[in-house]
Amino acid sequence: MTKSELIQRIAELNPHLYHRDVDRIVSTIFDEIAEALARGDRVELRGFGAFSVKQRDSRIGRNPRTGEAVPVAAKAVPFFKTGKQLRERLNVD
Amino acid sequence: MSGQTLTRADLSEAVYQEVGLSRNESAELVEAVLDEMADALVKGEMVKISSFGTFSVREKGQRIGRNPKTGEEVPILPRRVLVFRASHVLKKRINGE
Repeated sequence: MTKSELIQRIAELNPHLYHRDVDRIVSTIFDEIAEALARGDRVELRGFGAFSVKQRDSRIGRNPRTGEAVPVAAKAVPFFKTGKQLRERLNVD
Repeated sequence: MSGQTLTRADLSEAVYQEVGLSRNESAELVEAVLDEMADALVKGEMVKISSFGTFSVREKGQRIGRNPKTGEEVPILPRRVLVFRASHVLKKRINGE
């Protein structure tokens, strides 16, 4: 499922809304999550999962082709932890 | 550095501010988006959100784990786990680039 398929699906479930508005709604949701993470905040969506940002220290990396040591700067990486309910739904037999 | 936690209520509020819907309907739409994504993932589908990231389901085989408290060996049954891979755009945004 792509973002446009998701928008299409939500539009089908809400025939009273303009497609353009559904597009804005879906975009706003992901934009809001991204913006929160950029501020270093957490986003917790019970049942679905939680997004957070983890800090990685700078380190000495290595170019795997040449073996040459290269400095890798400290960085922040996004992290997602699946919510309990969704994790259980993925494993119902 | 991490201070606040955003929840569904914050997402609904953002939708409410962005589109002229009621607060109630904004909340329902946030829920609908999460539900549709979850349903697709449960079906084993990938969910690809451009500029944000990709959620995919990975099948894990059985392995032998250990109870860290007792040291006892216990089988970890085969299961499906959800993996999120952030897009380059999101990674850059988080690093203020």
